[in-house]
Amino acid sequence: MSPAEDAVRQRSDRNGWLLVTPALVVLALAAILPLLVMLVYSFLAPGDFGNVEWEFSTDGWTSILFQRDIFDGTLSLADAHLTIFWRSLWLSTVTTLLAFVIGFPTAWFIATRPVQQRPIWLFLVTLPFWTNLLIRTFAILEVIRSEGLINSALMGLGVIEEPIQMLYTDGAVLVGMAYVYLPLMVLPLYAAIDRFDMRMLEAAYDLYASRWQALRRIVLPIVKPGIVAGSILVFVPSLGAYVTPRVLGGGKNMMIGNFIELQFGQGRNWPLGAALSMTLLIIVTIALLFYVRAANRPRADHG
Amino acid sequence: MAERFAINRLPGFTTIAVLAFLALYIPIITLVFFSFNAGKTVMGWDGFSLQWYAVAWGNVAVQEAAWRSVVIAFWATLIATTVATMAALGTTRRRPFRGQTAVYVAINQPLMVPEIVTAVALLIVFAWVKVQSGYQGLGYLILAHAAFCIPFAYLPIRARLEGMDLSLETAAADLYATPWQTFRRVTLPLLAPGIVAGAMLAFITSLDDVVITEFVKSAGQDTLPTYMLGQLRRGVTPEVNAISTALLGLTVVILTAFFLLTRERR
Repeated sequence: MSPAEDAVRQRSDRNGWLLVTPALVVLALAAILPLLVMLVYSFLAPGDFGNVEWEFSTDGWTSILFQRDIFDGTLSLADAHLTIFWRSLWLSTVTTLLAFVIGFPTAWFIATRPVQQRPIWLFLVTLPFWTNLLIRTFAILEVIRSEGLINSALMGLGVIEEPIQMLYTDGAVLVGMAYVYLPLMVLPLYAAIDRFDMRMLEAAYDLYASRWQALRRIVLPIVKPGIVAGSILVFVPSLGAYVTPRVLGGGKNMMIGNFIELQFGQGRNWPLGAALSMTLLIIVTIALLFYVRAANRPRADHG
Repeated sequence: MAERFAINRLPGFTTIAVLAFLALYIPIITLVFFSFNAGKTVMGWDGFSLQWYAVAWGNVAVQEAAWRSVVIAFWATLIATTVATMAALGTTRRRPFRGQTAVYVAINQPLMVPEIVTAVALLIVFAWVKVQSGYQGLGYLILAHAAFCIPFAYLPIRARLEGMDLSLETAAADLYATPWQTFRRVTLPLLAPGIVAGAMLAFITSLDDVVITEFVKSAGQDTLPTYMLGQLRRGVTPEVNAISTALLGLTVVILTAFFLLTRERR
């Protein structure tokens, strides 16, 4: 590279940085630096009325999994916390599976419509996605609560005498999350299926593959990046869900997000809340790194 | 074979897809429907009425929350769209500068970090700043909203820039336009639909936010969504249904405009 080209390159680099700086300042102030402050807070001692005492302590982190006996100071596993983690992981996993089982046929359906119809179907999927999450959760609430759509209909038809208690159960949280995050599964799946060359299916059928074989051996491996993307996009917000479990799960069926909030409210244990948030962040980062690796890996299955 | 063998038809898929679309819309339609109910109970249709809209409209708390939502969304959108436009200009149509990947990660960070994590982190920092500075105003909410709106503004603007033809700008430069003139008279008008689209997404995103607002707001700073969440203790009132429907209508209008705007270039 000649010195002149080098100078041009440097000026271009400097312009690039100057243009992105304002965005970086806003993000640093309200999205990135606060995470570092929270990391510091997770190593402090809780204050009596919330907030923190400025003394080093690892209690925030140990109390994620363990509880200290008030009398003899021994540590034992905190069962209540483990239950919440387990419920969060389990509900997020089942939500992702449910969204896939419903989302894949939906994405396939859209991708096999005539080209000029597809934007309308996509719009119909996108619209709920951009609609307020709280409103969509309220909408589900209307459907499943005791005086809601389902119970009224069933009672009106004489199928049941008493309303079925659906609200404030894990099932309600599950249905709610699958409902609010379904578009996040459909959109990347659609993008992957749209690129799929339908002539491959034709070839499979010519070679006497059954529909099931063609789906399992040809379609699914090829659209795998879309499946991974959709699953991560559903799993990550499910794991960090706060509104849906609060509205549909009530106080009893907490997930990690509600448990974190509790530490900043009645729990008055900010360091534990900060440590829990960092833990959630770490799990999400691992999931995202897994996704980046899966997305960038060249397909090895059909050498 | 009697039936035509459709290559891309898979058994049961169409049924599931149709059910999925119904499942997506039935709850929303139910909610909208009952916001027009004359009765006090949410279930049981007592005739068409706009009374719950009147009740919501006449409620001072709702008026204040609605106005606050709009003020926050306006400033957050203005800030986010401005910095996102600059960032998009800095990261497209040129050789990637050193560290550009890190910049992408930073810009998309709000999409990746769970909202509850950001909310709690902001609660911690702003609690400290509020004590130190004594300032309790809407600035905190505007700053927080601006940050998470940046990726929503950035992505459509960048998409527009990447699809733009460089030759017009080259022509302007050939005709002795200064870089600023070229930007002002050629680049910016061509980029405008992308900027408007980005601003729309940012506005909706800000207007809809619950979690971060819930944790950052000071006492008496409810926005419409946090007001609605707070009302939930009394069950879903028809008044909340009416507010939801109004917000829903606004979202549909903005989104339809967004789609028309981003489709026209094809």
